[in-house]
Amino acid sequence: MAGSGLKTIHLKLPASTEDLCKLEIGSVAYLTGRVFTAREAVYKHAIEDGAGMPASRAELGLANFHCSPAASVNPDGSHIVGAVTATASFRFAKWLDDWFKISGCNIIIGKGGMTSEVYRNAFVPNNAIYLTTVGYGTGALLGRGIRRVARVYWLEELGLAQAIWVLEVENFGPFLVESDLNGNSLFERENAKIAPGLERLYEGTRPATLRRYGETDDKTDEVI
Amino acid sequence: MIPMSTLERTAYELMAKAAIEIPDDYLAGLRRCANTETGDLSAFVIQAMLENYEAAKQDRRAMCGDTGLPRWYVKIGNEAKMEGGPVALEAALRRATARATREVPLRPNRVHPLWRTDHDNNVGINAPEIEYAFHPDVDWIDLTTVHKGGLFGSDYRMLFPGDGIEGIKRFYLDTLIGFGKRGLACQPAIVGVGLGGSKDTSVVLGKQASCLRVVGSRNPDPKIAALEDEFKQLGNSIGMGAMGFIGTSMVIDCHIEVGYCRTGGMPMSVHMFCLSSRRATARIHPDGKVEFRTDPEWFTDYSRRSTVEWERPLVEAAE
Repeated sequence: MAGSGLKTIHLKLPASTEDLCKLEIGSVAYLTGRVFTAREAVYKHAIEDGAGMPASRAELGLANFHCSPAASVNPDGSHIVGAVTATASFRFAKWLDDWFKISGCNIIIGKGGMTSEVYRNAFVPNNAIYLTTVGYGTGALLGRGIRRVARVYWLEELGLAQAIWVLEVENFGPFLVESDLNGNSLFERENAKIAPGLERLYEGTRPATLRRYGETDDKTDEVI
Repeated sequence: MIPMSTLERTAYELMAKAAIEIPDDYLAGLRRCANTETGDLSAFVIQAMLENYEAAKQDRRAMCGDTGLPRWYVKIGNEAKMEGGPVALEAALRRATARATREVPLRPNRVHPLWRTDHDNNVGINAPEIEYAFHPDVDWIDLTTVHKGGLFGSDYRMLFPGDGIEGIKRFYLDTLIGFGKRGLACQPAIVGVGLGGSKDTSVVLGKQASCLRVVGSRNPDPKIAALEDEFKQLGNSIGMGAMGFIGTSMVIDCHIEVGYCRTGGMPMSVHMFCLSSRRATARIHPDGKVEFRTDPEWFTDYSRRSTVEWERPLVEAAE
């Protein structure tokens, strides 16, 4: 992207572990190859219902986008894909270990990342990294990067928004590298830098008279 | 008599405009952030968003793949007459929502809360929301659609008079920081604060303050207007920018709306209208003329009236 001093990488998909090894958190990434959308209904169906994956790894690719496209199906079966933007990923953490095993994915693309604990426990053992969308979200720019819809799986069962959309993409991005193969998190690094200033910011404010169950006043905590 | 076909066609166009075109006031506010942001990651994000708006307009595609929860605000002039009446209008708004979802296209974001039933058209039980207001002496209808995200960046809390401005500030900061980390709120945002009313009123006012007032507008009460300035400044002092990266771009503007509340309480809500602040308005006149704009002009002296009777502005009364 023009005017940015950030390091930029173009990745061919599927990516090898060697390719992913070179990624540093905070770098900008663009993707070319095949990605597929899958979110909660897919995880539930594939893992909890025991349906497994609807197609081979070669057909789906190894990059899972936490996304539902703004898309519709024409009467002739072709597709209109307008904009695509990620949905927040933290809520899918509980399925991820099983998901990596059945899908073989090594790139998860989404919104907001997950905790470094999830990276260490689920991503690192499976040689996977996390790319975050930018903004959020650059839906129109990402839409431009889609060459075609290769196929849609589980449309009937799960509906337009939750179906698996297999997308052929070219210079698809921008994304930011949020986690590396060692499980480091860009968001947590930034949170840690912001935290020291918060105490001064809160000076002169007053905790609410009426408390809430489970409430924390530790501003280094996160809500995810 | 305003023809229903004009209302439905206009509603469809508004859905597309809201999804595709970033309003000028928000865009100008974000450009000001781009000029002052020093955090390199936050500046990169803002630059990417500015390019994204251009791509959306050029391609006529939605600026964000998450096209939010489409909803309607309808302001009806006291002298306005519409073909088929308000029941026909509601049906037209529902049809326009469904058609725009298929044809723009928008993301079908509405499902049954328990059964997750999805009609793939953003229409269902109690959806889309349609809120009404009225305006004296005029014969037009204003239609506004807002497509706000709907998951993160909003919160409600019952505060008490003793919590004071200090308590209000703390809850404001808690909401911005909690949802600002990792950019869950998709900031920089237009932050709306609802103060007072009953619990639901405080949430409605705060949401309307973020979605229905343009960047740069100020509450007519000068002391509240000063608070809006202070809160904007406070939010941008957190040290957090776009996506929760180090920076100063958190709040494009802060709007506060108030309502009279229970003597013992001070309910408060906070809402964040995101990097895709989707809103579009049209005024439909009885002769069929349609004027599009991005300022909903929702809050007026009449809508904020504070006494029993509506008295015309003094200027008019003097004439």
